Amino acid sequence: MINLDAKIPQGKLAEKWTNYKENQKLVSPNNKRKLDIIVIGTGLAGASAAASLAEMGFNVKVFCYQDSPRRAHSIAAQGGINAAKNYQNDGDSTYRLYYDTIKGGDYRSRESNVFRLAEVSANIIDQSVAQGVPFGREYGGTLANRSFGGVLVSRTFYARGATGQQLLLGAYSGLNRQIALGKVESFPRTEMMDVVVIDGRARGVVVRNLITGKVSSHFGHAVAIGSGGYGNVFFLSTNAMGSNGSAIWKAYKKGAAFANPAFVQIHPTAIPQHGDYQSKLTLMSESLRNDGRIWVPNKLEDAEAIRLGQKKPADIADDDRDFYLERRYPAFGNLVPRDVAARAAKERCDKGYGIENNATKEGVFLDFKYAIDRLGQKTIEERYGNLFQMYEKITGDNPYETPMKIYPAVHYTMGGLWVDYELQSTLPGLFIIGEANFSDHGANRLGASALMQGLADGYFVLPYTIQNYLADQFDVKRISTDSDEFKAAENSVKAHINRLMNVKGKKSVDSFHRDLGKIMWDKVGMARTATKLKEAIEEIKILKKEFWENVEIPGDTNTINVELEKANRVADFLELGELMARDALNREESCGGHYREEYQTPEGEALRRDDEFMYVAAWEYTGDEKEPILNKEKLVFEETEVKVRNYKTAK
Amino acid sequence: MSDKNINIKLKVWRQNGPNDAGRFDNYEMNEIPTAASFLEMMDMLNEKLLGEGKEPISFDHDCREGICGACSMFINGRAHGPDNAVTTCQLHMRKFKDGDTITIEPWRAKAFPVIKDLMVDRYSLDLIQQAGGYVSVNTGSAPDANSMPIHKDIAEEAFDAAACIGCGACVATCKNGSAMLFVGAKVSHLALLPQGKIEAKERAQKMLAKMDELGFGSCSNTGACEVECPKEVSISFIARLNREYLVANLKD
Repeated sequence: MINLDAKIPQGKLAEKWTNYKENQKLVSPNNKRKLDIIVIGTGLAGASAAASLAEMGFNVKVFCYQDSPRRAHSIAAQGGINAAKNYQNDGDSTYRLYYDTIKGGDYRSRESNVFRLAEVSANIIDQSVAQGVPFGREYGGTLANRSFGGVLVSRTFYARGATGQQLLLGAYSGLNRQIALGKVESFPRTEMMDVVVIDGRARGVVVRNLITGKVSSHFGHAVAIGSGGYGNVFFLSTNAMGSNGSAIWKAYKKGAAFANPAFVQIHPTAIPQHGDYQSKLTLMSESLRNDGRIWVPNKLEDAEAIRLGQKKPADIADDDRDFYLERRYPAFGNLVPRDVAARAAKERCDKGYGIENNATKEGVFLDFKYAIDRLGQKTIEERYGNLFQMYEKITGDNPYETPMKIYPAVHYTMGGLWVDYELQSTLPGLFIIGEANFSDHGANRLGASALMQGLADGYFVLPYTIQNYLADQFDVKRISTDSDEFKAAENSVKAHINRLMNVKGKKSVDSFHRDLGKIMWDKVGMARTATKLKEAIEEIKILKKEFWENVEIPGDTNTINVELEKANRVADFLELGELMARDALNREESCGGHYREEYQTPEGEALRRDDEFMYVAAWEYTGDEKEPILNKEKLVFEETEVKVRNYKTAK
Repeated sequence: MSDKNINIKLKVWRQNGPNDAGRFDNYEMNEIPTAASFLEMMDMLNEKLLGEGKEPISFDHDCREGICGACSMFINGRAHGPDNAVTTCQLHMRKFKDGDTITIEPWRAKAFPVIKDLMVDRYSLDLIQQAGGYVSVNTGSAPDANSMPIHKDIAEEAFDAAACIGCGACVATCKNGSAMLFVGAKVSHLALLPQGKIEAKERAQKMLAKMDELGFGSCSNTGACEVECPKEVSISFIARLNREYLVANLKD
């Protein structure tokens, strides 16, 4: 068993972060120069951390698989970023943001971490504006806000439908400044292959240059991983094609516990699947639910007529439309949290009301007619123009004229490597930031909170907490990458690559990945049961065996080899997928995005079982063919009343 | 959405590495759904090549939502192909007709050496950004975000410039291989805002000097870049860049 001491500071909830900062150890400016930090990933968390740490005086090396740090998938976040500024004078506060987040996460996140997140949120907006992030503004020149699901205030800041892009370019500009100053060394097109552990501490990484194939190592007094989530285990998701779980999976195998792997966010509004050749799913921002109304026909024959193209959405009269979110959740309406909205769409489609003409008949309408009637097309264009354009490019339909068709898709992973209050994993010296860790979103993340968390971790949390670890490390001499420990790690990476290359099979990496994705979606997706989860575990094991006997990877190891890159990631997904199913099987309750059909209320809502499952499930690796050990961090809510989540009334 | 299938012929640039001369290879693809994206068609081609035991075609791509800027194909003589305001990943097969021959090349520019097939090295764009594409502000030192109101129109115009995704289509389209639209976008984005105004002139000088140093050509105002920009970044931002640069040099 491993030690899951979360190191939560003393004091009242609102005082903990202040207390921590006042009592933590610091590193003097002259000693910072002696310390090297490795950062994996250049998304919001990685880029902001790397830039901030370098500004403070640490030596930073930053790695990403993309050809430029600016392309990390944070760039694709559309709708916005939350912050408790209360600029709208609508009753927002740090406490309310904290409360919405912990409730939205269905009480499966750590109170102290979430409060800190809410506390630093306001600084993120200040920092971004100072960098030149062009947020949307009011006519008087102040910042504009909109609302996202699961809240009753408008606290979301946005830059049209490209908020992630603008925030990432802000962090990237800070990173560039430090690269130019020589404080950050940047390694694009370089993938982390392993964490190097020396005397029980993370001391560096093994990486592979994706152009030359060269495997090499880098020393760091500490390592921070911000490599994002693992939603691509489902093959089809809203993630980028290259998004992967390998960095955190390799770290898991080196001793970092994996927390709540089953907690996956299925986003309610993505463009439905259109064919079996499909490579990814495209999200339509949650912000659209501010002005779009979601509906399906309330007559089965109308749904069928629409699927067959015999009727158009406009042919269905208002009275024949079922605005099912407004019907079921009058207080929040179309702005219920994502897990609730996604399940409600599935419920309608399972009953035959789906409107999309695809194999599974899965799709619902997101209709802007009402908003255009109310506000005019120009306003809608200003708010969502680029999203509408993207929708039209992909589908060939004009959403100003006909409703969008949408359906839930895998989007975000709340699970990730376990971290304590300092964002340190169970492997000393290894810190995990952004989506790659588990800490803040519990079993369901609220919209516009991923950007907030990534930047909170990178700008305002890790730069403090990592010092507490490094304070007694400045006299640790840099370990040569020619040392036995580094060479052994490199050799093990090379052996793994050779093992993949030597399979010399007949079936492409993508086809294995698609097969895995289908198992995951059907059996570890939106509605889980013990039977399906057990089947999934067995099917994944069989698929994994076949992968290692029959995967086809042409080409060489000493040049660009995209198939090899993908195979390395899919090999890890095959193992991670099994752990996700195992975690979902263990958690005999429904909470947030984790929905076990056996545990539901008579109304079909998620049924939590707080007596038995109010804990973080932190899985410990014990060996490739051995079962992982389940460790539990009990969640204690000292200052929060734990309630049944209710979006029917305004509570 | 009208779904049908088409048959197409492809002429694809294959190049084994920076030192290989390169050549066009021909492929035939049948029964391609018009609802598929261009890159999904390329996936199908690669899957077919794998099935034949051949090496798939290397190309850059990642988000497939038109925002990361990774994808970069020159299709039928146009950066990102025959549609306006799209990246290659957002181009769909419904833009082509049954029987079409489609020619696919990498970005071609002195500052973008080919790595393999359709994949080029655009690190030079990062180097230009590193030369000055930022506001010199440290984490933690920012004043309250509403302490400095910015006119809505100014913020909107700054966004229009900041929308650049750094794909390099402008460079690949320009007959001189110039990155003026790319530089103009960043310089304008920051110069428009009070936060970025302070360093505006030095920024213009430094970024342009780096652009020249890296082998990008100069601008001859043909406006071709603007036409192919997937984010419709306007060449008026090049004019603004020139103004900043001129003022900076007058002061020197």
